[in-house]
Amino acid sequence: MKYENECVTYFAAKSQNESLTRVLVTSFLATYDPTVSEITDVKTAVSEAVTNAIIHGYEGQDGMVELFCGYAEETIYIEVADKGKGIGDITRAMEPLYTSKPELERSGMGFTIMEAFMEGIMVVSTPNLGTRVSMYKKLSRE
Amino acid sequence: MELKFSKRNQILIVRIQGEIDHHTCEHMRVAVEHNFEKIRGKHMIFEMSGVDFMDSSGIGAMIGRYKVAKCMGGKVVIANPNERVEQIFRMSAMDRIISCYPNLEQAIQHLEGGK
Repeated sequence: MKYENECVTYFAAKSQNESLTRVLVTSFLATYDPTVSEITDVKTAVSEAVTNAIIHGYEGQDGMVELFCGYAEETIYIEVADKGKGIGDITRAMEPLYTSKPELERSGMGFTIMEAFMEGIMVVSTPNLGTRVSMYKKLSRE
Repeated sequence: MELKFSKRNQILIVRIQGEIDHHTCEHMRVAVEHNFEKIRGKHMIFEMSGVDFMDSSGIGAMIGRYKVAKCMGGKVVIANPNERVEQIFRMSAMDRIISCYPNLEQAIQHLEGGK
C-alpha cells in the first residue's frame, strides 16, 4: 500500500497514554477534512484497540504499543500492535459482551465498537508474540 | 476527568466532566464508591452533559456501579448523555438495566417516584 501520508508512534503501555493516542489520531485525521462524527468514530476505535493492548496484551506489565496511521485514496488506515501475550481464540474475543477480565469491569464491547465505527477490521494474533489490529474507514468527503 | 458530587436524600448525583476511558475509570470508581458509602446512598445518577468522550470502559464502569447500587436495593440512571454516549450504551444493551433521561430533573423524578 502506498500512502499519501503515514506516521508510526511507539508509546509505553500505560493507561495515561490512551488520551495521547486519541489526540494523535485526531491531529493526523484533521488534515483530511473529516466530519466530527468520523473523528469520533476513529478515535473511539483507536481508544478501544490501545486499551486492549494495555489490559489484555501486556496485562499491566511493561511493554510498548505501536500506533500506525496512514491515509490513501480518501481512506484512513489504523494499526495498533503489541508484543504481549496474544489472543488464543480471536473469534470468541470478538463476540459482543465477551470478556476474559470481568473482574476489571471490562464490558467485552471493545471489538464490537471497533467493528461498528470502522469499515473494516482485521486481527492477527499469535500467543506469546502479540497482536496486531488493522482497521480502515473511508471518509465521506461531504 | 473532573467529578462533582452532590446528594438528594439517598441519591448520589455525580457530575462528570471530561473523558471516560480505561485510565479515568479507576479514579471514578474509587471516588464514586467513597462518596456513595459516605452518604449511605441507595441510588446513583451520572449527569453526563460534560462528557465529551466515552469508550467501552465507561460501560464496564457503569455496570460495576449498577451492581453496587443493586446491593443497596437501588438503581443507577444516566442523565443528559450526548448522542454518542447514548449510542454506546444502546450498543451494549446497557439501557435494559440503566435508564437514560434527557435531564437531571427527570432522572431524580424517576428514582424518587420509585418507578
